[in-house]
Amino acid sequence: MTLSLSERDTERLLGNEGPALALAMRVVTRVAEAMEADRLLDIVGAHIDSCLFTGMAALDFANRLADGGARVSVPTTLNVSSLDLLHPELSLGDPEERRLALRLMERFEEMGCRPTWTCAPYQLEERPAFGEHVAWAESNAIVFANSVLGARTHRYGDFIDLCCAVTGRAPAAGLHLDANRLATVVVRIEGVSEDLLDRDVLYPVVGGLLGPLAGKAVPVLVGLPVGVSEDRLKALGAAAAATGSVGMFHVVGSTPEAPTLEAALGGRPAGTEIRVGSDEIRAARDRLSTTADVGLRTVSLGTPHYSVAQLGRLVELLGDRRVHEQVAVYASTGRDVLHEVELRGWADRLTAAGVQLVADTCTYFTSIIEDTSRTTMTDSAKWAYYAPGNLGVEVVFGSVEDCVESAIAGRVVRDEGVWANA
Amino acid sequence: MPDEVSPGLALEGRAMVPGEAQGDVLCLDEPLSFWGGLDPETGRITDRHHPQLDESVVGRVLVMPSGRGSSSASSALCEAIRAGTGPAAIVMAEPDEIIALGAVVADELYGRLVPVVVLAEGLDRLCTGVRCTVSDQMVIAYSDNRS
Repeated sequence: MTLSLSERDTERLLGNEGPALALAMRVVTRVAEAMEADRLLDIVGAHIDSCLFTGMAALDFANRLADGGARVSVPTTLNVSSLDLLHPELSLGDPEERRLALRLMERFEEMGCRPTWTCAPYQLEERPAFGEHVAWAESNAIVFANSVLGARTHRYGDFIDLCCAVTGRAPAAGLHLDANRLATVVVRIEGVSEDLLDRDVLYPVVGGLLGPLAGKAVPVLVGLPVGVSEDRLKALGAAAAATGSVGMFHVVGSTPEAPTLEAALGGRPAGTEIRVGSDEIRAARDRLSTTADVGLRTVSLGTPHYSVAQLGRLVELLGDRRVHEQVAVYASTGRDVLHEVELRGWADRLTAAGVQLVADTCTYFTSIIEDTSRTTMTDSAKWAYYAPGNLGVEVVFGSVEDCVESAIAGRVVRDEGVWANA
Repeated sequence: MPDEVSPGLALEGRAMVPGEAQGDVLCLDEPLSFWGGLDPETGRITDRHHPQLDESVVGRVLVMPSGRGSSSASSALCEAIRAGTGPAAIVMAEPDEIIALGAVVADELYGRLVPVVVLAEGLDRLCTGVRCTVSDQMVIAYSDNRS
């Protein structure tokens, strides 16, 4: 398939708008060819993941574009970085790496990106509307944009996110196109108790199960309650994207392109149909833990970044209790959400209870956690999946209620009742 | 089974990132996310859930079912190529644009081209240790040098 370009695309490719735009255009067109796209399309916004320092290559690329005078041409938000600019004292990392990470962040601001520093741009006030084309990177944001907002983005990775933002163009391929948004895999959830269906903890577990089952396919889930909340869909999507390569999912009765199973399938028969019962769900939950050690040292919440509602739930669960002196509790969120919870007086209450709020970054790849010796507990399947490899920690997955009770008790305690009767 | 790898086995696929490379095959039983799954300083697999944990990808023709997970996989791959710890080529059963992207940017920034090829069929005939050449859409394996 040949990629046809607009006159302006070609001008830019030829370098007539400078070397930075030529580089950005070359990356977009080379990837478009790899995706077998026949044209490019206009985007209305971008969310950039390249601002996270992953090594010199990330900075080399940003420098090439920024030095060449590149600026973003559409409203562009920034993902987490490797630093918490609001709480710099939390960083235990190498000073030289911190300097490079900060330099990288500055370069993106110079190019006109909004310093939002959050992996949950869908929690910002302005978010893409149904049907709008955007170029988002960050796997949990991508899956949320497509599945929950009904906006259209392919699974973009570092570098092309910036190139799309600078050129305002993206390959007309993948999840931008109607046909590729239809489900091909049906996952039926059966025999799960009403009690468990109504618990937050079920949703990241279902996501962790969905990732390996779906791979890169678009799955549709049947059997979950109607009107699943955004926070639950967020946890489900983040887990499915981390453990598989899911860029979009449907939940019948909850996500905008799945009013019915038939609509999600586009009237076609399902390619694959998988039944998932409570045994599989319990096994999926167990796979998220790497240890039986109840010696709790750390609790990590907020992956993806907690919403206002989730921080409110944390305040409610803690009440007037304080976490155990041997346990460090971190809750990560975006600076916009943090500002909101400060206004509500919740930030002070959380701090008084012994919760360390983390902004701009996340605890599963940044050197923030002080004691990685015993067990870390999390309510995030994504955190549970990545942190053992990134940080060398042992992890126990539990509900946010389990995490709070454990943090107060100073040892791992989990409510097994909801699982035993699942 | 070594007898499955005959000398000069030629497989034709689709080049996501066309180019020439050679190396010994490292076959992965499961998809790998380069970010969070590979240490770019050593080129070793660090994903604790991965069956090929601790294997080195340096200079290998990396054969795997597909990519996985994070959108930082492109910069992690690019960083490994910059640092000289990347694979020589990547061969997958399914296309993965994030991996292709990492290879494209490493070529643009450092002039180091790691070809990326999609083989819809025949991936299972490429066994770890076999010498292999990648040339655009062609993947050519030689006799099993362990036997």
